[in-house]
Amino acid sequence: MKQHRTDLRKHLPTPTLSGLRVAVTGGTSGLGLALVRQLREGGAQVALVARTEEAVERVALETGALGLVGDVGRKEDIYPLALQLTGQLGGLDVLINNASSLGPTPLLPLADTDCEDLELALAVNLVGPFRLTKALFGALTASAREGRCAVVVNVSSDAAVNAYPHWGAYGASKAGLLHLTSVWNEEAKSLGVQFLSIDPGDMDTPLHAAAIPDADTSQLKRPEDAASEVLQAVLQALSPQEPEERFQSSLLGEPS
Amino acid sequence: MRPASGPSRDHGKLMTLDSSGNMDVRSRKDVGLLFEPGDVVVANTAATLPASLQGLHVQSGQDIEIRLAGWVEAYDVTRFKAVAFGAGDYRVPTEHRLSPPTMRPGDRLRLGPLRATVQAVLDHSRLLELRFQGDRKEILAGLARHGRPIQYAYVPKPLELWDVWTHLAAEPIAFESPSAGFALSWDTLSRWQKRGIAFATLSHAAGISSTGDPDLDQRLPLDEPYEIPPRTAAAINKARLQGNRVIAIGTTVVRALEAATCSGCVVRSGLGVARNLIGASTNLCTVDAIVTGVHEHGESHYELLRAFADTSVLESMNQRAAAEDFQAHEFGDSMLIERQARAKRSQAV
Ligand SMILES: NC(=O)c1ccc[n+]([C@@H]2O[C@H](COP(=O)([O-])OP(=O)(O)OC[C@H]3O[C@@H](n4cnc5c(N)ncnc54)[C@H](OP(=O)(O)O)[C@@H]3O)[C@@H](O)[C@H]2O)c1
Repeated sequence: MKQHRTDLRKHLPTPTLSGLRVAVTGGTSGLGLALVRQLREGGAQVALVARTEEAVERVALETGALGLVGDVGRKEDIYPLALQLTGQLGGLDVLINNASSLGPTPLLPLADTDCEDLELALAVNLVGPFRLTKALFGALTASAREGRCAVVVNVSSDAAVNAYPHWGAYGASKAGLLHLTSVWNEEAKSLGVQFLSIDPGDMDTPLHAAAIPDADTSQLKRPEDAASEVLQAVLQALSPQEPEERFQSSLLGEPS
Repeated sequence: MRPASGPSRDHGKLMTLDSSGNMDVRSRKDVGLLFEPGDVVVANTAATLPASLQGLHVQSGQDIEIRLAGWVEAYDVTRFKAVAFGAGDYRVPTEHRLSPPTMRPGDRLRLGPLRATVQAVLDHSRLLELRFQGDRKEILAGLARHGRPIQYAYVPKPLELWDVWTHLAAEPIAFESPSAGFALSWDTLSRWQKRGIAFATLSHAAGISSTGDPDLDQRLPLDEPYEIPPRTAAAINKARLQGNRVIAIGTTVVRALEAATCSGCVVRSGLGVARNLIGASTNLCTVDAIVTGVHEHGESHYELLRAFADTSVLESMNQRAAAEDFQAHEFGDSMLIERQARAKRSQAV
């Protein structure tokens, strides 16, 4: 993850997580779970979304976050989620599109990948975040108009920019998401909504274990460390500074 | 006029009436070219609840439909004002729907996963106050799962939530769409921004707009909670001081702004409840122009338009609209009506 410049902020009030209204998709495992925990510790109001009811309830109970069961890859789930999110949090300041589908494992070369599996990767990793952002865009822009800032984080991957064999479906979906993020950011910055694409780096999570079962986990990043970097980037986006500066620091991170 | 039969991707038409009474028809995509720098456009960010609930009246064993219609206490989801319908759904026009069984206080309703009790029968046998079991999370989850947006007989394809949320929809507090907002796109807003036209929002919990029962419809609109953010009040008060216009997107915005205007014609920010009825005799204090749908004589929205222009002017607009094949109702074409100079109006009653 790119080192963020902090010199600009030296004399400005530091924003905090306290009171922020945040939605995290995929908040029951890995990076998403670490985000939910740290956001709650920081005093944010948090809603998390994932498909498995028990896990959602367990994390909601542990952290005091609002737990919502839903599949971001399903069109029918998006508006009911948006209704409950905004109805419960009373609006929204930050949306973190973190849930992701790897598709069937072991990962396969494209020529062996079923078209349906490419479609699924696109549905969950690209179209899902797009739909959810659109459904919540009214709430995000309302927050920005009221002088609270609004930020959307789309969790990316180095597979969005590098041609890794066997990572074609997932990589294409993440590449699409990266591009959507930059265009969203161009279009929405005049409305006060910033879009960040963040590659968390290789983390020791169930997703990584499914993709590369024989990885040396001691070499992998802890999801907690990646989560605190993501939240730092969110706080930096929320702090007053030049829009150009924000845009660069958020999108030009080196793939890790 | 024929009703629009559903949400459409087309731009639709826009009829304009300026303050001197000149009428014009153009494409609604031109709405971004209207207004002058310094004017402020105000829209409603209310998102629409899935307020139609099919279920059972336990005491009689009869199927019913409940339409949530208004708040008892602002945004307390355990209590709603509601209208009861007999068995059946929107495919039967509301005026031909079966009556619901007689409801009494204490009666229990099973509405999918939701459980409610009739708390009171209000001043009409079909207008109820309901209390729902459970906490906010459970009730919102039940509505999200079981509720459907209120449907219209003239829209054949069932409406989904994404059809009834405007682009601005933020907080789910309205019972029917603040449908004038369908005329706005983000592209229009960015054109206004480039042209120096201010844009501000408020939230107003639009209640049910009609029930098919003339007696009941007479009681509409119900009281509607609203909230005006401080920045919105400031933008409006500044525009007025500088002699610029305030343009309301929809009747709900007019109702909220006029309710929040206190002596000296200053708009106050904060939460309030709109109990005011706006009609021919209303002296509009804050709003100079309204963007709205096509409304016909007899609708409560039409009454509100009489605060902007005389019946004779509204009727000639409607005649022109009919001649130009305008579509009415939620998903139809739009009208921009500027308040007519008072002197020119045959005096309001
Ligand atoms: N781990 C890495 O090394 C790595 C590297 C680069 C980028 N990333 C990115 O980081 C993000 C988090 O990955 P992770 O490793 O933390 O994953 P993870 O541990 O596998 O967790 C994924 C989370 O997403 C939820 N989820 C999956 N599909 C969903 C769907 N369709 N709808 C709603 N929720 C869904 C899962 O719960 P349910 O299964 O119950 O729904 C779970 O909560 C992903 O965007 C991933 O692409 C990870």
